[in-house]
Amino acid sequence: MSTEATIPTGTIEEVEGVTPDALREQMLKGLPSKTLRKRAKQIVSNDPETPPEIGANSRTIPGIITQRGCTYAGCRGVVIGPIHDILHITHGPVGCGYYSWMTRRNLARVPEGQTNYMQYCMTTDMQEDHIVFGGEKRLAEAIREAYRLFKPKAISVYATCPVGLIGDDIHTVCRLAKEELGINVFGFSCEGYKGVSQSAGHHIANNGVFKHMIGLDDTPNDAKYKINILGEYNIGGDAWAIDELLKKCGISILATLSGGVSYDEIINCHQADLNVVMCHRSINYMAEMMETKFGIPWFKVNFIGADSTAKSLRKIAKYFDDKELIDRVEEVIAAELAVLRPIQAEIKAKHQGKKAAIFVGGSRAHHYQDLFGDIGIETVSAGYEFAHRDDYEGRDVLPNIKVDADSRNIEELDVEPDEARFRPRISPEAKQKLIDAGFAFSDYLGMMREMKKRALVIDDISHHELEHLIKTWKPDIIGSGIKDKFIIEKMGVPCKQLHSYDYGGPYASFAGAINFYKEIDRMLSTKVWSYVVPPWVKDRKAAAPEAPAEEQKAA
Amino acid sequence: MLDLATPTISERSALKINPAKTCQPIGAMYAALGIHSCMPHSHGSQGCCAYHRSHLTRHFKEPVAATTSSFTEGASVFGGMANLQQALINIFSIYNPEVVAVHTTCLSEVIGDDIPTIIKKAREEGKIPEGKTVIHANTPSFVGSNVTGYSNMCVGIVNYLAEKSGESTEAINIFPGWLDPSDMRELKRLAEELGVKYTLCPDTSDVLDLPQTGVYEMYPKGGTPVEAIKRMGDAIKTVALGEFTAHAAAQKLNDKCGVPFEALDAPIGLTNTDLYIDALRRIAEVDVPASIDAERGRLLDVIQDIGQYFHEVPVAIFGDPDHVVAMTRFAIELGLKPKYIFSGATGRAFENRVHAILDGRFPDAIVKQQGDLFELHERIKADPVKLILGNTYGKHIGRAENIPLVRFGFPILDRVGHRLFPTVGYRGAMHLVEKISDALLDQRDRTCPEEWFELVQ
Ligand code: SF4
Ligand code: SF4
Ligand code: SF4
Repeated sequence: MSTEATIPTGTIEEVEGVTPDALREQMLKGLPSKTLRKRAKQIVSNDPETPPEIGANSRTIPGIITQRGCTYAGCRGVVIGPIHDILHITHGPVGCGYYSWMTRRNLARVPEGQTNYMQYCMTTDMQEDHIVFGGEKRLAEAIREAYRLFKPKAISVYATCPVGLIGDDIHTVCRLAKEELGINVFGFSCEGYKGVSQSAGHHIANNGVFKHMIGLDDTPNDAKYKINILGEYNIGGDAWAIDELLKKCGISILATLSGGVSYDEIINCHQADLNVVMCHRSINYMAEMMETKFGIPWFKVNFIGADSTAKSLRKIAKYFDDKELIDRVEEVIAAELAVLRPIQAEIKAKHQGKKAAIFVGGSRAHHYQDLFGDIGIETVSAGYEFAHRDDYEGRDVLPNIKVDADSRNIEELDVEPDEARFRPRISPEAKQKLIDAGFAFSDYLGMMREMKKRALVIDDISHHELEHLIKTWKPDIIGSGIKDKFIIEKMGVPCKQLHSYDYGGPYASFAGAINFYKEIDRMLSTKVWSYVVPPWVKDRKAAAPEAPAEEQKAA
Repeated sequence: MLDLATPTISERSALKINPAKTCQPIGAMYAALGIHSCMPHSHGSQGCCAYHRSHLTRHFKEPVAATTSSFTEGASVFGGMANLQQALINIFSIYNPEVVAVHTTCLSEVIGDDIPTIIKKAREEGKIPEGKTVIHANTPSFVGSNVTGYSNMCVGIVNYLAEKSGESTEAINIFPGWLDPSDMRELKRLAEELGVKYTLCPDTSDVLDLPQTGVYEMYPKGGTPVEAIKRMGDAIKTVALGEFTAHAAAQKLNDKCGVPFEALDAPIGLTNTDLYIDALRRIAEVDVPASIDAERGRLLDVIQDIGQYFHEVPVAIFGDPDHVVAMTRFAIELGLKPKYIFSGATGRAFENRVHAILDGRFPDAIVKQQGDLFELHERIKADPVKLILGNTYGKHIGRAENIPLVRFGFPILDRVGHRLFPTVGYRGAMHLVEKISDALLDQRDRTCPEEWFELVQ
């Protein structure tokens, strides 16, 4: 482990008079035995010094109300969907394609002359005949029609569950189409059942983008500090906010994978001198593969939260080891913080000591703790929807993770250095010097090292556990997704959606952090909750003070 | 915005672009939520369930609980029996509903899981607690569309639960088809105003339009209770509102328990509401109270007052077939000119129904089943309309072509009105008249030459 970790001090002894262990017991109590054994591994009390082992990336238990989605969603929806100028075709019955159509907020500004295919849902809309007799012909025809009508640069095809089951060979169809049409056509075997969550889809998508796009265009780029941002999806304009900030520092982004990004940017992005990783879970594969093949080093950054953003900028500057850049970055940070700090201080004064819980995705449940922390709100419980152990415990746990049958399903690409194009971006001596000074390359410390001792870490939280958490620990605010939002709010607790941002944002960078502080301030200060109990009920309660707990909270 | 469409109608046989429909299970999930204390269960991979829950939640902005069999590769190969059995154990012990309503997905359909056998086995092995109910519907999405799934679950509800004891309840069954909770509430209000005894099934009011009380209940007070569903077999008659979402269940109840039915359209608009009121009146042998006459009269009054602005305005209507069929009739009543009438639903029945309503009066109208919004856009580019009536997915066309969109149907992902105000009944029609006239007049006020910008209309 590098010395970059700042282990938080202090312990969460209890919240609302209930210890983390007691709450954990409460959540597990009464579960059927098999379910209990499994969930017990997925709910742990934290230790930042030596992160405890957590059950993660394991199968979802049938019958449990889970937040999780499928492999297809992780592949088509998350990683590839945001590439706006390739034509995406979902091969399957209508639903899978329909639901992944404009429902995730990866925004795009489309330059003149490019087409925004994100506004389109193209699907083979398979009917019974195709299921019975096979859908390859229909897929081939759909690709042909798409090309004839729209002449895209590239076509990307996604397999859904029934397609995998009937055995359609989408890769052959794509290969033949590529030969016939003379454009790039490639497919993803991302059937929903392929993995235990979206996570498998991320991996499949990384493999495909790497195989079929990365490195296709060798046009040199002579910008001075060239980097890629990996694992940033431009939800609510986050990628733009990061762009703007880095531009002020004089750093050029060749591509953001994948948010607000075009095909041309992706095929040329191996010209960068550094990959920085935002969402480790969804894109670490790409970072590793690009390093092996082209020699581009990577490290983890976080532009969510003021201090994290400053830290990330400084790390990038240090990597390039150029006085001019280092000074410029310090100037930018100083200027941005001069605007941010007073706003932060004012909002922090109002909410210091409040409690948050965050359950989303594969990185945000970690990143957003920094933003809440900026305004004095402590995260007492958090968990990912589909992360792996390394996202909790840190990458040093990787050698100890057992590869189960579900993960073995996903192809591991055999990547070798590219003889002609491999070029170390930093000399071994310079790299060693940085490492000796505590600089972490190719690492992620995980969520647990940055949460307090005995905070409750819950993987793939279920509805049942969430209810207990809210009733017992009474968090002031919860970060979650669309499926939980209204359950949480019906219980009288504001919920900030950290997938879609409730159609707000950006929240990345300093400017984004200010947006977030203000938004959380609005949510925590709104008068709405004070109106929940009508005046006549208040009278009734005064007469009968033993009203139920929920009602009191709402009051 | 939507740069791909041109005024030429593209020839396509395999590529659907921007579908005007979605898949069966979301309909089954929605229908199941209209049973009191029911957990919808999606038998397949968890992605489908996540998508369906998310989409329903975006439309209703309410909690939507549902469980899934969470298939992985193993289940896809060996069948989902073990997954469903384990799911049932978990659902009853953790969430404790009265009913679990299982629907299939494409995956479990392709595998060929036999749900009734699995349920039977689970019951024999004691995995379903005494007194609890498990029902199912097959909902393969490579057949039909979301409305088929809704209809199939309604048939499943009748099939599993309705009984005939021989002792009449003197009640009328009302099968609402796929409507919003606000609509279901209005259907009930009208029935009550008429003084009719009824059972509405399914009934999602007080399930998916909950008040903010600070208390969350997984099974709120709404939904048709199982007891009431059982007794539907003893009703005098069923009134089924919608050919594509309600008639099949009414037919099923007739076959099973001998309850006759009247097959109507969704009561959207004046005539369709008249037919609903009149059916209830005749069956229950009651007089229509003056209060309803007055409501009707107020609607008519406003239609007449504002008629000049609607006259011959060309309109595109798209969405689920029952919504579109009913809305087409209403559009004609308002004096609008239906020009493109599209549904993603499959089957000639939709086209036939619409043609019957158009009755040869709009020879240029293009009616299309299995239509998609890309073709609708192409047609609008070739020959524009002045108004679009449809769900949220029409907003891009509206913006690209500068045509007002009045939202109705499912899904509405970006506005709140549907959660509060009905579209059925005379009041629903008044609400629609207001929305349509606001849209047309706002557009005119925004775009007309200054000399024609008038204070009074
Ligand atoms: S597989 Fe079928 S049921 Fe599932 S989302 Fe796709 S179309 Fe719908
Ligand atoms: S069918 Fe498979 S790919 Fe489609 S939504 Fe369901 S789980 Fe995902
Ligand atoms: S944060 Fe949410 S929306 Fe974004 S990639 Fe992760 S899971 Fe998907």
